[in-house]
Amino acid sequence: MTQLTTPPADAPAKKPASSPRRQRRGSGFGTMRRREKVLRYVLLLLALVVTVGPFVWQLSTSLKGAGENIYTSTPQFIPSSPTFENYLRVAETIPVLSYAKNSLIVAAMAVAGNAVGCTLAGFALAKLRFRGRTLFLALVLGTLVLPVEVTIVSQYVTVRSLGLADTLVGVALPTAVAMLNVLLMRAAFMAIPDEMDEAAVIDGASAWQRLIHIGLPNVRGMLSVITIFAFIGAWDDFLWPLIVLTDPQNYTLTVGLQYLSGAFTANPRVIAAGTMIAFIPIVIVFATLQRFFFRGVEEGAIKG
Amino acid sequence: MKTQRWFTPWLLLGPAVVWLLVFNLWPAINTVVLAFTNAKPLGGGSFTGLANFERMLNDDQLVYALVNSIVYMLVCLPLLLFLPLLLAVLLEKKLPGITFFRTAFYTPVIASAVVVALIWTWLLEDRGLVNGLAQQLGFLTEPLPFLSGRWLLLFSAISLTVWKGLGYYMIIYLSALGNVSRQLHEAAAVDGAGPIRRFWSVTVPGVRTTMLLVSVLVTVSALRVFTELFVLTNGTGGPGGRTMSLVMLIQMYSRGFTGHLGYASALSLLLFVITVGPMLLLLRLNRKAA
Repeated sequence: MTQLTTPPADAPAKKPASSPRRQRRGSGFGTMRRREKVLRYVLLLLALVVTVGPFVWQLSTSLKGAGENIYTSTPQFIPSSPTFENYLRVAETIPVLSYAKNSLIVAAMAVAGNAVGCTLAGFALAKLRFRGRTLFLALVLGTLVLPVEVTIVSQYVTVRSLGLADTLVGVALPTAVAMLNVLLMRAAFMAIPDEMDEAAVIDGASAWQRLIHIGLPNVRGMLSVITIFAFIGAWDDFLWPLIVLTDPQNYTLTVGLQYLSGAFTANPRVIAAGTMIAFIPIVIVFATLQRFFFRGVEEGAIKG
Repeated sequence: MKTQRWFTPWLLLGPAVVWLLVFNLWPAINTVVLAFTNAKPLGGGSFTGLANFERMLNDDQLVYALVNSIVYMLVCLPLLLFLPLLLAVLLEKKLPGITFFRTAFYTPVIASAVVVALIWTWLLEDRGLVNGLAQQLGFLTEPLPFLSGRWLLLFSAISLTVWKGLGYYMIIYLSALGNVSRQLHEAAAVDGAGPIRRFWSVTVPGVRTTMLLVSVLVTVSALRVFTELFVLTNGTGGPGGRTMSLVMLIQMYSRGFTGHLGYASALSLLLFVITVGPMLLLLRLNRKAA
């Protein structure tokens, strides 16, 4: 399915007519010419330097001691004597551990809310017949036209009137049951064949039993996708917590980092260490769960 | 066949209904209401008619923000339309290690924009890596002020958005490339078309619909840009507050004693008017794809 036969750049016309036929059964790279393979790897490595290089540079800066010149004209990617002192300096400047804890609390609420709320709603919308369903769906679909930034001001007014301004619950609440995720879970439940369900109905199973025993085991893929997206979305978010939170004690990591860079512009090593504290956990989550990620994106879990 | 009790669906739907009403529909209505008031971030506010909209007409910063948005969009569009497609073409062939490259190329997408913007700040400062290397290699004789000039700041933010978006659109293209006919490529190759020729005459037409989707996504996200500009300018909006975006203005008026939620809401309505067209198109494209 992922076959694109690109001959070497310099000799396209000499392509033997028999080669495409041999490639038909999947083993694409077996028949790829050596020069093309080398060229592809060179380009891949080039793209790797561009996409990952800046992170490596930041990591390297964060590990350089105060005695090492970070401004040398020949960039030094390996620190001469790696040290964690910059990470300690971050902790001395801002309460970074409590910021990390705050981010984690917000992310956990987002994950739990979406996992429960969107699963229940998705199941009801996909598998149960009731009046008002079409209206509800139409309204949910309608909300997708609004970028979050459009309603962010009045969202703040709502959260404030609930007495939740400057709280972590206030940060997590508005997206704790995201409408897009409701639609994604509905799509996942709809993919379960009705025959499986009908048998259970005839056996007298309640809606709840059908959800637990037939529904859930079949939507685990989509469920993991929406929870991963909820986690990363909450962990990375900046604008909304920036609006809701005012007391520096309550900051999440992203807001705290911006605060750190404002307070500490003089030392790039410390800021670099701060960014790594926010970045490394999400990379670990991503690296562990990446196959769900890509499956989710392929299934159309595209956030606009 | 036994049917469920009438309230069962609504029990399951309960949380979603509450969230739909309280955190989606009500804020949408309330944005319109607030736009006609002088509400403040700390509370209060009364009806002020069209005052906020009149204020918009005389707001120089808003003009800068809108010009910035247009530039942002125009520069991002071609770059994010083609660079991710090239990456996807590179990843398409199942070479050993290709999963590693795919994951690595996607990493900028999952990093927080704040993290990336702080990395950019360090890379682009006067004595940073970019200026250092450019001087070393003889491209520059003295450092370029990437983080202080109005336009340089804007282009630095654009470069950040493009870099962070590469992996995102790459994945979208990657799944579309699976549907491009291999026979067409082979036929073109047999006819003597080189890789560049075939990229333009086979790959690009083959992912036409996806390109439309990507251009709408890029347009919307360019109009919504916030974090990149906020962090790169350290919240100031650059020299004279001229390197701001519309969302940055909305945020600025949402905070503190000097804030003005009424005006921020009027600006939000403007953002809605600008984005609703592409958003509707996006919804249609997504439904067609599903």
